[in-house]
Amino acid sequence: MGTPAAQGSKTANQPPILELQHITKRFPGVVANDDVSLDFRPGEIHAILGENGAGKTTLMNIIYGLYHPDEGQVFMEGRPLNLEGPHAAIAHGIGMVHQHFMLIPVLTVAENIVLGSEPPGFRFDIRRAAAEVKKISEAYHLEIDPWAKVGDLTVGLQQRVEILKAFYRRARVLILDEPTAVLTPSEIEDLFQIMARLKADGIAIAFISHKLDEVMQVADRITIMRRGRVVRTLLPTETNPQELANLMVGREVVLQVKKSPYRPGPVLVDVQNLVVADEHNYPRVNGVSFQIRRGEILGLAGVDGNGQRELIEAIVGLRPVRSGKVLFAGRDITGLSPRQVSRAGISYIPQDRQGDGLVLNFTVAENLILKDYNGPQIARRGRIDFRRVRERAQRLVGQYGVAPPNPSLLAGNLSGGNQQKVILAREMGLAPEFLIAAQPTRGLDVGAIEYIHKRLLELRDQGKAILLFSLELEEILSLSDEIAVIYKGQIMDIVPGDKATREGLGLLMLGARKSA
Amino acid sequence: MQNENFQDVTPLERHGFLRALLRAVSTPLVAVILGILLGSVIIEVSGYNAIAAYVSLFQGAFGSGYSIANTLANAVPLILAGLGVAVGFRAGLFNIGAEGQYWMGAIAAVWVGYAVNLPWYLHIPLALAAAAVAGALWGGIVPGLAKAYAGAHEVITTMMMSYVAIFFSHYLLENGPMMEPGYVPQSPVIRSSAFLPVLVKGTQLSAGIFVALAAVAVVYWVLYYTTWGFEIRALGLNRRAARYGGMPVQRNIVLALAVSGLLAGLAGAAQMMGVQHRLYDSFSSGYGYTAIVVALLAKNDPIGVVFSALLFAALGTGAQYMQIGANVPGRMTDVITGLIVFFVAAERMVELASRWLAKRRQQRRSQAGRPGVGPAQGRGAELESKGAGV
Repeated sequence: MGTPAAQGSKTANQPPILELQHITKRFPGVVANDDVSLDFRPGEIHAILGENGAGKTTLMNIIYGLYHPDEGQVFMEGRPLNLEGPHAAIAHGIGMVHQHFMLIPVLTVAENIVLGSEPPGFRFDIRRAAAEVKKISEAYHLEIDPWAKVGDLTVGLQQRVEILKAFYRRARVLILDEPTAVLTPSEIEDLFQIMARLKADGIAIAFISHKLDEVMQVADRITIMRRGRVVRTLLPTETNPQELANLMVGREVVLQVKKSPYRPGPVLVDVQNLVVADEHNYPRVNGVSFQIRRGEILGLAGVDGNGQRELIEAIVGLRPVRSGKVLFAGRDITGLSPRQVSRAGISYIPQDRQGDGLVLNFTVAENLILKDYNGPQIARRGRIDFRRVRERAQRLVGQYGVAPPNPSLLAGNLSGGNQQKVILAREMGLAPEFLIAAQPTRGLDVGAIEYIHKRLLELRDQGKAILLFSLELEEILSLSDEIAVIYKGQIMDIVPGDKATREGLGLLMLGARKSA
Repeated sequence: MQNENFQDVTPLERHGFLRALLRAVSTPLVAVILGILLGSVIIEVSGYNAIAAYVSLFQGAFGSGYSIANTLANAVPLILAGLGVAVGFRAGLFNIGAEGQYWMGAIAAVWVGYAVNLPWYLHIPLALAAAAVAGALWGGIVPGLAKAYAGAHEVITTMMMSYVAIFFSHYLLENGPMMEPGYVPQSPVIRSSAFLPVLVKGTQLSAGIFVALAAVAVVYWVLYYTTWGFEIRALGLNRRAARYGGMPVQRNIVLALAVSGLLAGLAGAAQMMGVQHRLYDSFSSGYGYTAIVVALLAKNDPIGVVFSALLFAALGTGAQYMQIGANVPGRMTDVITGLIVFFVAAERMVELASRWLAKRRQQRRSQAGRPGVGPAQGRGAELESKGAGV
């Protein structure tokens, strides 16, 4: 579905509909946008590429009227635009689909779409609203049932509702903030087709992303941002992913993971017929068995919500096991407490790093002792030895390159990548024999992902066992020695990493029994 | 406040610590100032002289050695009970029943005080310990267990237990087992061996102040320097992370509520053994409720509790003097208390106000930054944006 470059250059001559000139936005301590000039043209997908914290979202929030620039000016069709809030932006034809949807799950599609700009009149005529929604959804080929309840829709369809919401308000510029982050591979394909149609209809699309292949695939123009500045604007035909990555990070980046050959050791982890229920006592893991050897990364692939979380939480003791066994180095660790599991030599990088993995209002140093604050390295008879805490913090912060390298900073003040480094440093610091990494690179940028992958592979090469749960197939494929595919709480198949294909795994993830 | 453990790292970080301290103190300070300002408006509107009122309020609280001693005496139960509420908050638990725990502590201390005969050096510790245990049981065992193992919300259980404690005291004193022979519903006077010695003759200031300050020091040390304090702070900031970190969450919920109750119980004991020396029949001491305000204003910091308790104690002692000296109803201090609480609770409002001011200043600066634009035009811009805001 690659976009012909010819089409991109055709639109390049059109006058821009939206133009930013010399936008500067400062926050206490940082310049989020530094003299940024950009334009968006009708019928063009303009990708804004950059790492987390490069200033992409700040810039889009300025366009959408959520922030006011300190310097510079936004122009709409050549006229200066002073946006006092999203309402003003919407009135000028700017629509935004946020990374996290702003929908009310208990209301219907039609209700959600008209919310905030209901048809005039005292009585709210839902039928008329539904008819209008239907009309728009047909006009833009965004098929959806106006009467469906939003909470019942898939994430992809919910995103469609968000897009329709923008067009109900007559958007001519559509900002998509990391739209693919929450979608499955097939939903991403659907979204790209929708984007292509909107482009043909003359909509200007701002596509925010940090995924190189996606940007290469759909963009007509690519602007790379780094540390609040525009590094360069390029056409996809004149560049390649490697160059984009280097520009984004500001140095030479290793895109392809270098992996040493698989040298499996003895079995370290043996999960046997595990059954685990969720909070509502509904079984989520239905008889899962697998083994992990020393020196092996076992990738756990699957669509989100197929029991991955429950499986992992049961292994580390955060969730009761209904039946089955977990053997670790020959010892039965089923039903041990999280502390006992941790002491046994199992570390765990949780998927929700802010909810589970960190106390955001603790300092980095305090977070680094979250698991062994009462262990012999840190505490003496119930007293925490802060000299040791400080020593450890300074050592680990340096070793793992946490930035800024100040252990007395609150964890909540770090970027996502550095928060993950703090967790990684703590979990690795416990010298685990077995590491469970749940979505360890979710939401992180290229530089941080590269770093975390490197560390995981190092651990594997030291002869430790790793269970890697990720929703990113690419990540699973590039790191795993063996890949287990989970579907509805059952392992569909376990395939060797070097024999697995994207398509084969995709089929298994949807419940097909036999591997391709 | 976690940062003080690292204050000796580098001068730069020490500077950061000072700034953090300033930031921590600024909101309560702003709230107090706003409360006093708005309070003066209300005093004026009610037909009194606000300046005269505040002058006599201040004189009443700090004007002489005697008044200072009485203010300090008034602060003792507020420090202890406020500390208790703050410990609960630190663990993420809303102990609203400090009043009841205060009563249970008072009952236990008074009973040990008159029913047991011991030399003072055993009698005083025993009475204090009895009060501590009573408060801890009342706060920790029932509401704590119910919260940890049955999910009963501590706001409801501590409050209900509070009523039980107050009615229990009615039962004890109104023709009950603790009533002094005669017709007045009050307990016998405790033995003098259980008296906390008075520090300033003719005032209510007793050695209870040392009990309170010792408790502050101990709580501070436990919170910031021990593994259990680490667990409690983690529990209060992120319960899921505490569980993930392998901490005994259930047990700590019970323990935190017990310590919270223990401190409120000590407040009751200090008041009985240092000031009242017997239990009177009443509906409320008021200390347990003011304690919540004390903890709120202190942002649950042990050291902050001392200052915040002093403020509310001063409002209490100053009130009587204000009534006599400036002829302003003493209840006016309750209005000021209420306003302070309001502004503390409306922290976001204070934040918004200061952000709005900063933005305004910035706009004015960027206006003034252009050549040839004077301050007058800067003000024009201000009016303009005010018009736009409406």
